[in-house]
Amino acid sequence: MPDPQTRIRGRGVVVLVPYLWLVAFFLVPFLIVARISLSDDVLAQPPYAPLLDWSAGLGGLRDFISGLDFENYAFVSSDSLYLQSYLQSVWIAALSTLLLMIVGFPIAYGMTRAPRSWRPLLLMLVILPFWTSFLIRVYAWMGILSREGLLNQALIGAGILDEPLDILATNAAVILGIVYSYLPFMVLPLYAALDRLDESLLEAAADLGAPPVRSFWLVTFPLARPGLIAGALLCFIPAVGEFVIPDLLGGSDTLMIGRMLWTEFFSNRSWSIAATIAVLLLIVLVVPMAIYQNVQARSLERRG
Amino acid sequence: MTYFNVTSLVLGFAFLYLPIALLVIYSFNDSRLVSVWGGFSTRWYRELWQNEALLEAAWVTVRVALVSSTAATVLGTMAALALVRFGRFRGRTLFAGLVYAPLVMPEVILGLSLLLLFVAVGLDRGFWTVTLAHISFTMCFVAVVVQSRLVTFDRSLEEAAMDLGATPLRTFYSVTLPIIFPAVAAGWLLAFTLSLDDLVLASFTTGPGATTLPMRIYSQVRLGVTPEINAVSTIFIAAVTLIVIAASLAMKRQFVAERNGART
Repeated sequence: MPDPQTRIRGRGVVVLVPYLWLVAFFLVPFLIVARISLSDDVLAQPPYAPLLDWSAGLGGLRDFISGLDFENYAFVSSDSLYLQSYLQSVWIAALSTLLLMIVGFPIAYGMTRAPRSWRPLLLMLVILPFWTSFLIRVYAWMGILSREGLLNQALIGAGILDEPLDILATNAAVILGIVYSYLPFMVLPLYAALDRLDESLLEAAADLGAPPVRSFWLVTFPLARPGLIAGALLCFIPAVGEFVIPDLLGGSDTLMIGRMLWTEFFSNRSWSIAATIAVLLLIVLVVPMAIYQNVQARSLERRG
Repeated sequence: MTYFNVTSLVLGFAFLYLPIALLVIYSFNDSRLVSVWGGFSTRWYRELWQNEALLEAAWVTVRVALVSSTAATVLGTMAALALVRFGRFRGRTLFAGLVYAPLVMPEVILGLSLLLLFVAVGLDRGFWTVTLAHISFTMCFVAVVVQSRLVTFDRSLEEAAMDLGATPLRTFYSVTLPIIFPAVAAGWLLAFTLSLDDLVLASFTTGPGATTLPMRIYSQVRLGVTPEINAVSTIFIAAVTLIVIAASLAMKRQFVAERNGART
């Protein structure tokens, strides 16, 4: 056996390097965001009041603490536009997640019922869009949904519509975009859960006289539930803060919080308001993220 | 398979692939009007080669992706080993949280917080800040991919190597790494394509002279659908698809070779 001392040191490095990296690039930045959300915007570069002034010693610390205020939070909560966009983000994300479950379930189920030799190919076909550009896949819908786009042309050509529909720049387009872009994230965990389903359980249920709908609710659904929960969280959490989809497919009245943050930062150049929105968005997402964390940890233990 | 299963698969895959297929078809449209078919043409592809700004952005993007995915693979593999192999070390819960959270964290939050970090420490924004941001974001994806391979790994192989006197480092290189290599390669590829594709993190953390391809595409796309963007997108999709298919074929071949090798 190697010297235990070197073993311990080697293990230390393997843990410490990624640990310190993540602390430096995730944890510390969040603290800075929280700090800036409590400071005032100034007309300077960078456009916010300075961080802690170390050179001033204890006096600097006192100034730092007295300089903190909740003005930005008061401003954000007094403006109904922000509240509306929070509610709308959660609503759009929840509705999209529900639709994703409805669309994703039959696909994942169909995949597990396909002949065994087809499954790697089907799996590959679900994963492939995830590898190709997200931005481009959202953009593809702009050409389909616009007023003179392919969908309207097809519907008018088929005699279903007389007038083109305005689909692009509506919330419906945003929801469609989310369902389309996040579909692999819903199908893959569902597939993993349903793949473990033992066919003989369904046969047993049928032998005991359960109609297919009943055996679905009593056998298939409970087994699929962990996959359904994982998929729902994997879709819901990022969808709440989504920027690209509401920006490209939504209208000017599509108020989603990720888009508000982007506008505050890039158009209004108000870094402290952007930071305030980020903190409030994190607070909204803390509960679903904790559940997600828990699901991840448990699935790891089950396999390990 | 029942009719229901076949129908849901056909409809599901049509939904996934039709929009991309239409985009590719319309990139060969001669007409500037995106919804009118004006005959087959490759003129938009030819025009791309004259678009200096676009080519420059593509080159920046590839460089960022190469550097960041390689660094992310090293860090992500270490993180996966730490999570799976080292039991309950102090601070493990926080560490696991830091690995999983970025997978679902809205990108606008990650982008804003990284930018504020770079400003706070006075780092000049540009190529390296985008690269650092991409390393931090994609290493978590690598960690998850490698971790899923590590948990199904037969540990007695490592223990045997150690019992025969191999140092932990040697054991890692001659036993662990060859076995988890397909996952490490898949992690690298995932990190590479995520970096190629990223708009939000790059927009926040970039500086003068480091405009990436997604940023260029985005600024043109906001003004509407154009055949040039369809052409760029088609090249992008074709390149990524070829890389992914080639990689999975190579992995499959290695897997088959390994299995045959084990049999003889």
